[in-house]
Amino acid sequence: MKVRTTIILVMIAAFAISLADNANASADDDKGFDIAARSDRTDLGFGDSEVELEMILRNAAGQSATRSLRIRTLEKPDESVGDKSLVLFDTPRDIEGTALLSHAKILDPDDQWLYLPALKRVKRISSSNKSGPFVGSEFAFEDFTAIELNKFDYRYIGEEKCGDIQCDVLERLPRYENSGYTRQVAWVDQADYQIRKVEFYDRRGALLKVLELKDYRAYENGVWRAHLLVMTNLRTNKQTDLVYGDYEFGIGLSENDFVKGRLSRLR
Amino acid sequence: MNSVRARRFLILALLLPMFAVADEASWDIAGNVELQGRLFTQDPLWPGQASQLGHVSIAVSADLRWRSALGNQRASLIPYVRWDGTDDERSIFDLREAYWAYEADAFELLIGANTVFWGVTESVHLVDIVNQTDAVADVDGEDKLGQPMVNLALQRDWGLVSIYLLPYFRERTFAGIDGRLRSPLPVDSDSAQYASSEGDNHLDLAIRYSHYIGDVDIGLSLFSGTSREPRFVPSTDSTRLLPYYDQIDQVGIDLQYTRDAWLWKLEAIVRDGFSESFAAAVGGFEYTFYQVRDSAADIGLLVEYQYDGRNDLEPFTIADNDVFIGTRLALNDIQNTAVLAGVAYDIDTGEAFVNVEAERRIGDDFFLELRLRAFAGAGPADRTFALVRDDYLQLQIARYF
Repeated sequence: MKVRTTIILVMIAAFAISLADNANASADDDKGFDIAARSDRTDLGFGDSEVELEMILRNAAGQSATRSLRIRTLEKPDESVGDKSLVLFDTPRDIEGTALLSHAKILDPDDQWLYLPALKRVKRISSSNKSGPFVGSEFAFEDFTAIELNKFDYRYIGEEKCGDIQCDVLERLPRYENSGYTRQVAWVDQADYQIRKVEFYDRRGALLKVLELKDYRAYENGVWRAHLLVMTNLRTNKQTDLVYGDYEFGIGLSENDFVKGRLSRLR
Repeated sequence: MNSVRARRFLILALLLPMFAVADEASWDIAGNVELQGRLFTQDPLWPGQASQLGHVSIAVSADLRWRSALGNQRASLIPYVRWDGTDDERSIFDLREAYWAYEADAFELLIGANTVFWGVTESVHLVDIVNQTDAVADVDGEDKLGQPMVNLALQRDWGLVSIYLLPYFRERTFAGIDGRLRSPLPVDSDSAQYASSEGDNHLDLAIRYSHYIGDVDIGLSLFSGTSREPRFVPSTDSTRLLPYYDQIDQVGIDLQYTRDAWLWKLEAIVRDGFSESFAAAVGGFEYTFYQVRDSAADIGLLVEYQYDGRNDLEPFTIADNDVFIGTRLALNDIQNTAVLAGVAYDIDTGEAFVNVEAERRIGDDFFLELRLRAFAGAGPADRTFALVRDDYLQLQIARYF
């Protein structure tokens, strides 16, 4: 009799604790989402942009190769719809003119077309290869295409110093299919609400890559952009740097600049 | 070298109102030099073919591109020269691009020579018809000659409509008497004949609609004019074959359904040709295994079935009842290393065409390509018998500027 009472009491206590824990978890989720949303919304209203960048691929032996590319983006202000983007390659010379057009979705696979200038051919490509490397770099397709707020669930972890500033630390859990990550941990600064660092955990839950976002600058339209992204793969010791030039905003890009029929007419 | 054609193209290029606005316009100059060696595995079969097994050629392409200060006009000039050490007919000059284009948000007008590609499948390109094939460049038919055109492209919410007026016809290139990979009698490219009294000046018309709906990409096309594929008639002394270009009407459809790692593809045409109407189709899938065994590499599996209902009076095809099975390996490394290997097998005759293509960048500016082509299983009455001793290995290195 006494044993049974004890068991029941323990069960009630456990249930109560789990309820409280759930409440905590849900509060952490909300706080995590709020911080991510505040960060995402500092980006709102940029309209369209173009930027030139260099992608520097470094292997563990210190050898490097450089690609130059341009990215054009058309903002879709509605958070339930993804942005449209166009990545154009200028070097290496043998792939000059290659272009990748993406219509980002939130949870469905993105629509993507690749233009191959040697054959003048536009190919619709599968976007389920989210975790695959983007042009031989340490960035996966999913790291490179627009990071949309609602592609993740969030959980607030805590606060931490990140360099000279104070950051909120969040966990991001991919909601879309075919992600190569079980989770990501992001550091968002408390002053300008920009993402300073992201850790990527692979399908087995082990830390795979670290992304550092540096050289943030605020533009006249109030939008912040990092101008140096460094992705380090901890397993291979390979590293990819993205070095951005100045962004141009409001250059008058329209929907018709982001259609597949445009791809063969970009140069 | 076909100098009459070359002159006509140069005149066309000079007529382009290319560099009208030069202030703050952007220029891009690029190009490449390709050195190619072919090693045939056996002595030639047909009289007149050069006896050496090694063939060398060099090709130079220069790309000059211009865009106006406002960005709404552009021009392109891409001369291409190829010199072949064995076969004079493989030495050509071409203007792959020589055009001026005006762009607005929802339309574009392009005048001059250009190359366009239509279609989705990998083993045969049935729908693609605007540009003539530079057939002597490569047996895969993917090298094209610049086509003079007036092209109006209209972009709407419901898709892209592109209208092409094609005022001048380019003849297909064929191996000369010295060359490999030819018919038993050589084709005399200088004696082409035409069904149209206007010869190579017949005004051809092409229209294409393309769009996508969710996971489905669709293209519909219409062509009316000079067939890009010739029939052959023997010369009166029966020493040569003369290409004969008929007038044809052709409708085409190309579809691709993209879902997860699957690409389902179909191309189909109906052609009102020389003797009768016929249909042809190619369809199949490409499935990709991404990041195989936790590496960065992808391996794709390609299967396509080729059908062609044409009779023997029409231009000859080998892709009439064939199955193509292939695999594509992409290492996704810094050097873009990739291999495509496949075999097309004729269900009726047992003939097989084996194709292996491997490529890799070297440093920043060099690109290396290795190709292996083999023809197997043909009996003396079969269509690929003419090529039965033409298996070859090709190594090509290109320097990009």
